[in-house]
Amino acid sequence: MLLEVDDVHVFYGAVEALKGISLQVAKGEIVALIGANGAGKTTTLKMISGVRPVKTGKVRFDGQDITHMPGHKRVDLGLCQAPEGRGIFPGMTVVENLEMGAFNRKGSLTEDFDRVYDLFPRLAERRKQVGGTMSGGEQQMLAIGRALMARPEVLLLDEPSMGLAPKLVSQIFSIIRQINAQGTTVLLVEQNAVQALTLAHRAYVLEIGKIVRSAPAADLLADDSVRAAYLGGDLGASA
Amino acid sequence: MTAISRGMAPLGGFGGRVRRFWRAQPPFLQLLGVLLLFFALAILLPSAAVAKVMAPQSSWPLVLFYPIGCYVLLALGLNVVVGEAGMLDLGYVAFFAVGGYAMALLATKQHWNFWVIVPGGIILAAASGLILGAPTLRLRGDYLAIVTLGFGQIIDQAVNNVGWTGGPQGISSIPHPPDIGHLSIFTYQIGHDRPYYYLILAAIFLVVFLISRLKNSRVGRAWVAIREDEDAAELMGVPTYRFRLWAFAIGASVGGFTGVFFASQQIFINPGQFTYAISVLILVCVVLGGSGNMPGVILGAFVVAWLPERFRGFDKYKILFFGIALVALMIFRPEGLLPSRRKKAEMADGAGGGGMGAALIPASLEVDQ
Amino acid sequence: MHLHSFVTQFWPSTVDGVTLGSIYALFALGYTLVYGVLKLINFAHSEVFMVGTMSAMWIMHFLNISAIQSGFALVGALLLAALFSMGGSAATALALERVAYRPLRRRGASRLAALISAIGASFVLQQVFEVYYSNQYSNFPRLFKHSTLFNIGSAQITTDRVLIVVAAVVMMVALERTVALTKLGRGIRAVAQDPETATLMGVNIDRTIMYTFLLGGIMAGVAAVLWNVRFEQTRFDIGFLPGIKAFTAAVLGGIGNIRGALLGGLIIGLLELYGASVFGSQWRDTTVFVVLVLVLLFRPSGLLGESLARARA
Repeated sequence: MLLEVDDVHVFYGAVEALKGISLQVAKGEIVALIGANGAGKTTTLKMISGVRPVKTGKVRFDGQDITHMPGHKRVDLGLCQAPEGRGIFPGMTVVENLEMGAFNRKGSLTEDFDRVYDLFPRLAERRKQVGGTMSGGEQQMLAIGRALMARPEVLLLDEPSMGLAPKLVSQIFSIIRQINAQGTTVLLVEQNAVQALTLAHRAYVLEIGKIVRSAPAADLLADDSVRAAYLGGDLGASA
Repeated sequence: MTAISRGMAPLGGFGGRVRRFWRAQPPFLQLLGVLLLFFALAILLPSAAVAKVMAPQSSWPLVLFYPIGCYVLLALGLNVVVGEAGMLDLGYVAFFAVGGYAMALLATKQHWNFWVIVPGGIILAAASGLILGAPTLRLRGDYLAIVTLGFGQIIDQAVNNVGWTGGPQGISSIPHPPDIGHLSIFTYQIGHDRPYYYLILAAIFLVVFLISRLKNSRVGRAWVAIREDEDAAELMGVPTYRFRLWAFAIGASVGGFTGVFFASQQIFINPGQFTYAISVLILVCVVLGGSGNMPGVILGAFVVAWLPERFRGFDKYKILFFGIALVALMIFRPEGLLPSRRKKAEMADGAGGGGMGAALIPASLEVDQ
Repeated sequence: MHLHSFVTQFWPSTVDGVTLGSIYALFALGYTLVYGVLKLINFAHSEVFMVGTMSAMWIMHFLNISAIQSGFALVGALLLAALFSMGGSAATALALERVAYRPLRRRGASRLAALISAIGASFVLQQVFEVYYSNQYSNFPRLFKHSTLFNIGSAQITTDRVLIVVAAVVMMVALERTVALTKLGRGIRAVAQDPETATLMGVNIDRTIMYTFLLGGIMAGVAAVLWNVRFEQTRFDIGFLPGIKAFTAAVLGGIGNIRGALLGGLIIGLLELYGASVFGSQWRDTTVFVVLVLVLLFRPSGLLGESLARARA
C-alpha cells in the first residue's frame, strides 16, 4: 500500500472529529471519500497532510510511519494536496502560485510548467494575473496545477467540484482522470458522489467521523441504500 | 458567576470551593466568619507584630494604604476592563491621574471639601473614560491597546506641559480629608497613617461589593458573552459596544476614585507618579492573580505592591522581575494564580481575544465542512 | 501656534523630518513584517532597536574608537558598528520569537496574551540594560565630520543626513526585492496570505516565522546604527518613543505593507518636525500620538492598505 491510515482519532478540543478511521490507497488508484457535510472528509485529508494532529492511530506512506511528521515535510515525500476552497494565494500571480507548488524542489521547473499549461491551457493565458481576481473554475485549475508542480506520488483533492458549473465539473474530472493515467495516485474527497464514484476505482463512505462502507466504486454506485443516502439529491443536479 | 457556569463546571476552582463551603455553614458561623475577617483586616493586619514581618523598614499602615491599597483598588478597576470585558487598556494610569489632579486642583484652587471631591473625581474620571472610549472601543483588541497607550502618553505630556497642572513640578499643599468627629482613627494627618488604611479598606469593600453586584447582573453576563465571543454576542442582540463602554467607564471611575484618595494622602503630586510603568504594573496585578476573579486580582495586587516594599534592593529589579513573571504567566498559566472557573474553561477552550494567527497552529478550532 | 517659525524653519524641518522618517521607516518594517505573518503587534520590537543602539555603542567603547576617523578606518568603524547593531538586534528578535511568542503560538493563545507577553519581554530587556549599563545616556562617538555638502533653502544638507537617507533607502529596496523575488520572500508572503495552504505547499512555518523576525531585526539594527550616527547617544529606554512612532508609521502606511512603511515613516518624521516648529518642541511627541490615535480611529487599514498579502512584487 502506498498510503495507509490505521485507526486514526482526531480531536478538536473536546470534540472527536475522526473516531477511528482506517483506509488504504494503492499505487495508481483513484480512491474517493464520500459522505455528508460534517462527516470528517476534509479533516481526514488535512490529517493525512499533517495539518491536523493525530491523537491516536498511525499514518504510513510507502511503508514509512509519518504520523507525527510535520506537514511541510510530507510534501517532499510526495503527498500533495489541493485544499478545500482551493487555497489560492490571492496576492500572487498564476506563475508565483505554481512556483509555490514546487517550493522545496530544486532544479528547473520548465518541464513542470509545460505539463500544467498543457493540462490547463487557460492558465497559460493568465500567467501574470493575480490569483485573487480569477474565477472559481480558474482557481480550481490553478489549485490542481499547483499541487502537480510538486510532482506528487499521491495527489489529495478536496472538493474539486465545489462551486463550479456542471460543464466545468466534468472538464475538471476528465483532467483528474488524465493525471491519474499519467501515473499519479489520487485520493479524492467529494460531496458530488455520482461524479466521484464514476471516476474512482474504489470508495469509502464516511459518516460522522467513521467509515461505514468501503467497496469498489461501481458497486456503491449500483447500491440502492447508498444511492438513497448520498446520491439521490445529486442525481439530477450534476449527472 | 452565573447559574449557567455553575451548571456547566461542577468541579470549580478555588473560589468555587470556598463559596460552596461558605454556603454550607450555619448563620452564626457565617456571622463569626465575618467578624473574624473584620478583626483580621482592621486590627491584626495593621498591627505592629505583623508590621515587623511585612515591612520592617517602613510604616506598615502607610504601605497598606500606598502602594498596597491603591494597587488593589486600581487592579479591581482595571479588572473590569481587562478581566470582565476582555479589553486591554495600556493607559489606565490616565484615570488614576484624572482623580489625583481633580483632588489637587479642586481642593487647592476651589477649596472644595474632600468628601465633595470624591464623587467629583469619580464623575470626571468616568466622563473621561466615556470620552476616550466612545470613539475607540470599536477598534480591534490589539489596536485598542495601542490607542489607550497613546492616550496615556498624550495625557502625560499634556500634564507636563500646560500651566495649570503645575507642569513637572506638580501641585503641592493638597489638604488632607477633614477629620470626622474627634476619634483618632478618623483624624487625617501626616505621620498618622492608620486612618488612611481604614479609609482605603472601606473603599475596597465598597468597590468589591458594587462590582460583584454588577457581575451577577445582566451587565455581567453581557461582559462574559463579549469576552468569550464578541461576534456571537452581537448576533444574539447584545449591544456589545454599549456594554464595553460601560466597562470602560466603570473601570475609569474606580481609577479616579483611587486617585482622589492617593492625592489627599500624598498632599503633593506630580506627573512622575502617573507613568506608563504604573499602567503595566497594574496590568501585572490583574493577570498575575487571575483576571476576572476578584480574590485573585486582590492577591495579585497585594503581591506586586508588597514585594518591592518588603525586600530592599528588590525595587531596583522589580520591573525586571514582573516582566519575567508576565512572560512566564502567559506561557505557563495564562489564567493566573487564582483563576475563576470560567476563565479556566475559556483558556482551555482558546476562547477570548481572537487567536494569534489561529491557522498557524495545527490544532486550531475550525469545524470540519 | 508659531506659524512664523514654521515658515522660517520649513526647509530645516523638512530635511530633518526626512532623515528621521527614513530611520522610522526601517524601524517600522519589523512591525509590518511580523504583523503581516502573525497578525500580531510585536510590542517588544522597540527593544530590538534599543539593543541595536547599545551593541553599536558597546563595540565603539570596547575598541576605544572615540574620534573622527578617515579612509579605511572610517569605513571599518562604520561597518563594525552596523554589524554589531544588526547582530544585536537580530539576535534579540530571534530570542523574542523563541521565548515570548512561539510557546504561545503553539498553545493557540489569544492575541492579547501575546501582547502581554511582549510587554513583559520588553520590560525585561529594558531592565537588563538599565541594571548592567546604568540609566544614563552613553555616547556614541562622532566618526566623521558632519560637513555641509550643499543647501536647500535655509537647510544645510550634511554628510550624516545623506548617509542616513541613502543607507535607509538602500536597505528598504533590498528588503522589498527580497520579499518580492526570492524563495524566502515567497514563503513569507505565502504564510502571510494562508498559513495552512503554505504548509500544504511544503513551507516550514516555524522557520519562515523565524526568518521574518530575523529580517525585521536586521532592519531595526540598521535603523539603530543610523540613529546613533544622528543623535550620538543611547540608553535603555531609547526604543520606547521611536517604537511607538515607528508603529504609527507602519499603521499609517498600512501595516503589513512594505512600501507603506516607507511612506508612513516619512510622513511621521515630517509631521513630528513640523509639529515641533508650529506648536513648540515640547509638543513634538504629542503631535505623533495624536496622529496615531486619529489614524487608528479613522483609517486603521492605512494609506496603502494592509497586508503583505497584497504586496505583490
